[in-house]
Amino acid sequence: MEFLRTTLENGLEIVAECNGEAHSTAVGFFVNTGARDESPDLAGVSHFLEHMAFKGTARRSADDVNREFDEMGAQYNACTSEEHTVFFASVLPEQQDRVLGLLADILRPALREEDFRTEKQVILEEIRMYEDQPPFGADEKCRAAHWGSHPLGQSVLGSLESVGKLSVEAMRAYLDARYVPGNIALVAAGRVDFDLLARSARRYCGAWEPGPAQRTVEPPVHRRGFHVLRKESATQAYAVQMAAGPTATDDDRYAAKLLAAIVGDETGSRLFWELTDRGLAESASMGHYEFEGAGLMITYLCCDPSIAADNLQRILDLYRRVESEGVAQAELEQAKNKVSSRIVLSGERPRGRLFVVGGDWLHRRQYRSVRADLDALAAITLDDVTNVVAKYPLSSATTLIVSPLEKIAPPR
Amino acid sequence: MNPTIHCETYANGLVLLAEPMPWLESAAFTLLTPAGCAHEPDDRSGLSEFTCEMTLRGAGSRDSRQFILDLDHLGVERSDSVTDAHIGYSGATLSGNLLRALAIYADVVRAPHLPDDQLEASRLALLQDLRAVEDEPSEKTMLELRRRHYPDPWGRPPQGEVAAVEAITLEDIRRHVAGHFHPNGTILGVAGNFSWPALKDAVGEWFGDWQPAPTPAIVEKPAARQIVHLPYESSQTHIGVAYPSVPYRHPDYFQAWGAVGVLSGGMSARLFTEVRERRGLCYTVYAVHHTVRDYGGVFCYSATSAERAQETLDVILAELTRLAQGVEEEELARLKARIKSALIMQQESSSARSGSIARDFYHLGRARALDELARLVDGLTCQSINQYLREHPPSDFTVVTLGPEKLEVRIGVS
Repeated sequence: MEFLRTTLENGLEIVAECNGEAHSTAVGFFVNTGARDESPDLAGVSHFLEHMAFKGTARRSADDVNREFDEMGAQYNACTSEEHTVFFASVLPEQQDRVLGLLADILRPALREEDFRTEKQVILEEIRMYEDQPPFGADEKCRAAHWGSHPLGQSVLGSLESVGKLSVEAMRAYLDARYVPGNIALVAAGRVDFDLLARSARRYCGAWEPGPAQRTVEPPVHRRGFHVLRKESATQAYAVQMAAGPTATDDDRYAAKLLAAIVGDETGSRLFWELTDRGLAESASMGHYEFEGAGLMITYLCCDPSIAADNLQRILDLYRRVESEGVAQAELEQAKNKVSSRIVLSGERPRGRLFVVGGDWLHRRQYRSVRADLDALAAITLDDVTNVVAKYPLSSATTLIVSPLEKIAPPR
Repeated sequence: MNPTIHCETYANGLVLLAEPMPWLESAAFTLLTPAGCAHEPDDRSGLSEFTCEMTLRGAGSRDSRQFILDLDHLGVERSDSVTDAHIGYSGATLSGNLLRALAIYADVVRAPHLPDDQLEASRLALLQDLRAVEDEPSEKTMLELRRRHYPDPWGRPPQGEVAAVEAITLEDIRRHVAGHFHPNGTILGVAGNFSWPALKDAVGEWFGDWQPAPTPAIVEKPAARQIVHLPYESSQTHIGVAYPSVPYRHPDYFQAWGAVGVLSGGMSARLFTEVRERRGLCYTVYAVHHTVRDYGGVFCYSATSAERAQETLDVILAELTRLAQGVEEEELARLKARIKSALIMQQESSSARSGSIARDFYHLGRARALDELARLVDGLTCQSINQYLREHPPSDFTVVTLGPEKLEVRIGVS
């Protein structure tokens, strides 16, 4: 396992974890742009642009793009979040150069008016799909309530209205401003021929014009609140709760991940024994989510609406107990075993490593091997966890519930 | 690719299959017991799921807390599932912990406590799952589609029905365990980094004295294939279309499967191209080949806003009808490229392989190695697929729609 990196003259960074034992090669362009980089009139443009990348370039039609990926036998996709847009593919090693050429090309999409109109319909259907399925937008709505007008409170999908109004010219301006080489990392993992990777990158991306791409990172204010949104047709109640957590560059994040495993893992955690095991909830979990300059501890609950208020009270009581009594050494050890095993298992696939290596690079300009992450977890002490609990109280949160019941009593 | 899959059939009928993947640090297992929902009494739907839930609440020397504590301590990433044929338990962990994890699961299937004081909690958990399905229109559509496509009991939704789940007693669960948790018919698939002699001996020790029992027969009822609309309050209409195909064990399986691969698979496949890319009708559209022991089916799904749903259904049905005219060389070449790389990438996942070899054995009585699969896929030609399609054109459709308005099913119209 070897980590290699280089930078093109135009600022494009190339990083790779090369594993000669792997069977496949995963490559991806990690663009440092997402919902938080959109002005309100552009809400949803990052995600829409991600779709448009597959609709053709100056040299390729949409059919060409799809056909060529399939001809290579690539497993490929793209995803957009609050702060990143990632285009990625897993291929057999002999396809490394070809897939990179194709991925690089779609990062310079043609944005043809007719394709734009057709794809807009697809995006609108995607928005309607999320409106129809759990948690019925509760996650994005809670983030908006928690972070208010801070850019991290913005929706990734945008709304039917904002996407409906979006023009191809506005998308092109966003593309030109955000997809500059200095704002993109080319990441690879698995069986990577690094010399070839660097040569291919120079060939396919060397002519990309450099330019400035800034992101204003102001620390967000974490609010508290309790919101119930009625959805008569829903059968279950869906609650999302957000509290402050360590940011992407905060070393507390390891302790936060272990705390999340102790308190909120899907199985064997405090929430599991309190709710899921008793059949009081269909699911209940809590996890740590990191962003540039911000972090969240997010609790998810799905349960029968008639007991939602009771369950939220149980969760609050549980969090208060954690804050006053801390957690036990045995719980910490159990969480370490669990999380470490998960890191090793997901790291066996190049695709799994691609996202870890890419995330580490965009967030921290740092490479961390599986071993380094395991060591960091092993070193966490009970004091570290107690410290995180004190710094980031789980009981101080924004709660948003989508429920068929109009009224759900807030916990006290 | 990896040539050897070890296979051991113990005297009591239990089958162990093991595929070495020594380049991994992990090992994974899939344990299938022949206690799936096809074996439930008609008025006890959900019994297999209920039984599965109860077997995970303490077994052997461990109560329910110790059971989870020990598995977490071993870092076992686990899941369980109920299908028509099996209650299945899967796990993956670091290779050094495999045998200890398997010892715990030997208790789950041989000595579950089925604790009386956790019956109601389990029932609540199942009822919550059933309620959650009500909120998942896509899942609801496909469960209804499968139920109507296959002869009963093969298409039953494992979640069961509310009234039945409310009526299930501990005695029902004990009877289900006693009647169906047997070594004969149980398949254990293991893949990853392990020592075969040690694995074979350990499994013999933990499962060898488990007593076999007769396999109960299943009585089938013909499929109620039909066209139905289920009214549902949603902004999108959900569309499910199924038609009969051959099961995995059938000599023509790969022809049928190849044809579906042309219909749906990569983003250049027909349904994605025609429904989403050309017309922008939907976000999701797919078709998959599904199989139970003696029957197969192709299941298609899409969802779109109500006013575009009729066109979406029309285009899907037109594509299914057009499939009978055959597939083209370029389409097959792309399919082969995708499958070749998917097979090679399976070598990076012990979980994927442990599940595949266990299911293979259920359907075929043996496991297929990756290189055999690669040869079968290589052997596909347009001629062979098109001959199959001429003999088995997509027809006899079951259609389930869910949403605000009913659609017209116009077969043969484009």
